[in-house]
Amino acid sequence: MESEQPRLSLRHISKSYSGNRVLSDVSLDVRAGEIHALLGENGAGKSTLMKILMGMDEIRQSGGFEGEILLDGEPVQIDSPKRAHELGVCMVHQELMLVNGFTVAENIRVGREPVKRIGRGERDAACLPIDFSRLREQAKTALERLHVELDGDMPIAELPVTQMQFVEIAREVDRPGIRLLILDEPTAVLNDEEAECLLDRMARLKQSGLSILFITHRLGEVLRCCDRITVLRDGAVAGRAESGKTSAAAIAEMMIGKRLLAIHTSERISFGEPTEEPVLQLNGFWADLPGERVERLDLEVRRGEILGLGGLSGQGKIGFANGLMGLCPSGGVVILDGRELSLGDAGSVLRAGFGFVSEDRRRVGLLSGSSIEENIAIPAMLNFGRFLRRVGPVQMIDRRAMRANALEFIHALDIRCTGPDQPAGMLSGGNQQKVCVAQALTLRPRILLVSEPTRGIDIGAKHLLLNVLLRLNREQGITIVFTSSELQELRSVCDRIAIISRGRVAGILPPDAPEAEFGLMMSGLDVKRSGV
Amino acid sequence: MKQSLIARVGLPRIIIFAFLLLLLALCVLTKQDLGAITGDVIVRFGMNGILALSMFPSILCGAGLNFGVPIGVIAGLVGGLLSVEFGMTGFGGVAAACLFSVPIAVAFGYLYGKLLNTVKGNEIVVGNYISYAAVSLMCIFWLLMPFTNPAITWPIRGTGVRTTVTLEGFYDGLLNDTLSFTVLGVKIPTLLLAAFALACVLIWLFSRSKTGLLMKAAGENPMYAAAAGISVDAMRLKGIILSTLLAAVGIVIYSQSYGFYQLYNAPLNMAFAPVAAVLLGGATTRTVKIRHVIIGTFLFQAIITVAMPVANQLAPDGGLAEVARIIVSNGIILYALMQSGGERK
Ligand SMILES: Nc1ncnc2c1ncn2[C@@H]1O[C@H](COP(=O)(O)OP(=O)(O)OP(=O)(O)O)[C@@H](O)[C@H]1O
Ligand SMILES: [Mg+2]
Repeated sequence: MESEQPRLSLRHISKSYSGNRVLSDVSLDVRAGEIHALLGENGAGKSTLMKILMGMDEIRQSGGFEGEILLDGEPVQIDSPKRAHELGVCMVHQELMLVNGFTVAENIRVGREPVKRIGRGERDAACLPIDFSRLREQAKTALERLHVELDGDMPIAELPVTQMQFVEIAREVDRPGIRLLILDEPTAVLNDEEAECLLDRMARLKQSGLSILFITHRLGEVLRCCDRITVLRDGAVAGRAESGKTSAAAIAEMMIGKRLLAIHTSERISFGEPTEEPVLQLNGFWADLPGERVERLDLEVRRGEILGLGGLSGQGKIGFANGLMGLCPSGGVVILDGRELSLGDAGSVLRAGFGFVSEDRRRVGLLSGSSIEENIAIPAMLNFGRFLRRVGPVQMIDRRAMRANALEFIHALDIRCTGPDQPAGMLSGGNQQKVCVAQALTLRPRILLVSEPTRGIDIGAKHLLLNVLLRLNREQGITIVFTSSELQELRSVCDRIAIISRGRVAGILPPDAPEAEFGLMMSGLDVKRSGV
Repeated sequence: MKQSLIARVGLPRIIIFAFLLLLLALCVLTKQDLGAITGDVIVRFGMNGILALSMFPSILCGAGLNFGVPIGVIAGLVGGLLSVEFGMTGFGGVAAACLFSVPIAVAFGYLYGKLLNTVKGNEIVVGNYISYAAVSLMCIFWLLMPFTNPAITWPIRGTGVRTTVTLEGFYDGLLNDTLSFTVLGVKIPTLLLAAFALACVLIWLFSRSKTGLLMKAAGENPMYAAAAGISVDAMRLKGIILSTLLAAVGIVIYSQSYGFYQLYNAPLNMAFAPVAAVLLGGATTRTVKIRHVIIGTFLFQAIITVAMPVANQLAPDGGLAEVARIIVSNGIILYALMQSGGERK
């Protein structure tokens, strides 16, 4: 039957990275006009499978793969991303792929810049000057279709990840002749409303006959917009389902092989309820993080609490932690335990007792070429002199202590790796995130600033991580400032949630406030409720 | 399962090694003195080693290949001339040459590093320009320097530094000859190799020290470094200073083996061999291991050394042999630069 022919068939795909088998005998069909969800734990092999489909260099250089790819019934050899594009296969990568020196608009149209026609006759477009005003127009339309407001002339390097993600999506969704669109965790960095826009757009693309392969860790999205589901576990297909006939719990069980218990907001054992006493006071704090400007923050963080920072992207919630760490120009009065903190240098802030997990693990959080153990140890080594031993006049690294520490965290956070000496860049996205958290915890901070710690993490790991944060708070009394785009997540662990809008605190709500109230506050409407 | 041999060693090294074997086969065919050639290879390996090692800290700290080697070389030459000026001979002379050059190299490295910190990303171009400028400037200073030892000054004028200062009677070949022994017709320059080995061990230890690790972090990802509280500029500065220092010591070791201090325009070409060597060895502009320095220096020097007698034989006409030598050595440098992608993980 002609019409039943799948748009894409993957047949018996297997792949090893230097002897380490990451995919074994994976087969998968995607129908025309279908949104197909590809699910699985961190490191299950989802991104690897998609990279094979895109003919990424990484795959060829590490020895290629076994198996067959059929597009609309025809076997195809995809040996480069260029070939994939020619065949109408496009992908939004999990790790952003943007040209750093370009502006937003240039990035969206990169490789397909509109040109000015000079004279008559056909001329090779490569020799014609770029029509920048048209380029800006086209980029603007592409962004508007996603309901994103972004200045097309902004240099891309200055944007926060959320917005970069939109640029990347706009670039791919906009390609002509596209048959299959691959989205590798596009919603990981988005908040609920932004994700909703994207899902909307996907539904419309689907109606136009496009097939979409969608990777996500958010099961709600899957049930709402996907037609069929394939679950990978340890590189093999663990199950398939139709989204109409299954539930989030059933999928989760397929993914991790066991049932998840609800996050238990355990009682505060040794430290009691958070006091009213402020540990950190911000007066007129500002931070100039492009795209996430903090205008003026007046906020008190109470000793022993978990304070959530929520809000739409671009409103400044990310700017707080980055500004405090001195990663962007910042100023204002910051008082820690009654003493004013000097801003501008990450070292002195860390030594004052802060720990920091960046929302941007690729660029700020990790040394991707260095081992896991070094990644975890370096800040603590520099600022607290840990993992060192003196040999005469020089301080040598205490490899054994460093390894012991890494092993402890690999165990506690369930970091899936071949060992503490594996380069961090080789880990799957979620496991890289865990390394970042381990790095902050190694500082033994009194106040932990975490931004989007569960971004790109599978449900099992997310569960584990939120529990770790809760335990740190409950058992060791660590104060946590938890920035997240996921309101549900904030509500499940925070004591108070501050909503940041237009670079200011729009209000502070208790976690059990009705959802509508959060929504109102985020949208910037005036809601009189604070001092909870 | 292990990775394939080719993947682990890297194709470039296999190609160069095959080329080396081919040259050796030609040596045998043309009935060359293999013992003498091998001895030459070992000496050149030892005398160029520390210069190549000077690439290590600069790559580690994120400044990339150090095309500013001539700056360190100038510091080493000044130190060396001072030791000759004071008439110091033997081990004392070599030690003094190294010691005298330390403060000069640190000062030069500091200034050069400060400059490189303002032009991040363009180190290679700027390094080359600065080297040219420094060498040209020194051409004037060599003439004006108040040396008085007749071993250094121009014979008739009695002032200014000669183009080459011989080390005969001071410490010519000291490390090459002391404690050397001969096996199978090959002379092993024990102390020369030991000096290189010692430098490698010291730098390896450095890379495992606190400063070394922080330097690597600053070089690999400046944003990570900033968030961890590492001062990226300070680390880069330290890396450049160390690199300059190694180049200074490297030229002293090189010269005592060569027998002369070469001045004026000679330092200008000192950057290419070390750069080519580490690239051949598998380093990239961002990553380097001691192993790359050792393997690369050996391969590079071996090819150049072995190619010469072969070229002489195949083209007995003196001019042609010289041309062949230049083609081979520059060809290898070019090939090495093409390989700057380096070893694949
Ligand atoms: N370049 C590489 N070299 C070696 N191993 C790799 C490489 N890339 C990925 N891996 C390994 O392959 C496995 C699958 O990784 P992959 O990135 O496909 O996971 P994923 O399912 O996308 O996970 P996540 O949800 O965290 O993104 C992991 O165990 C990872 O460590
Ligand atoms: Mg992935």
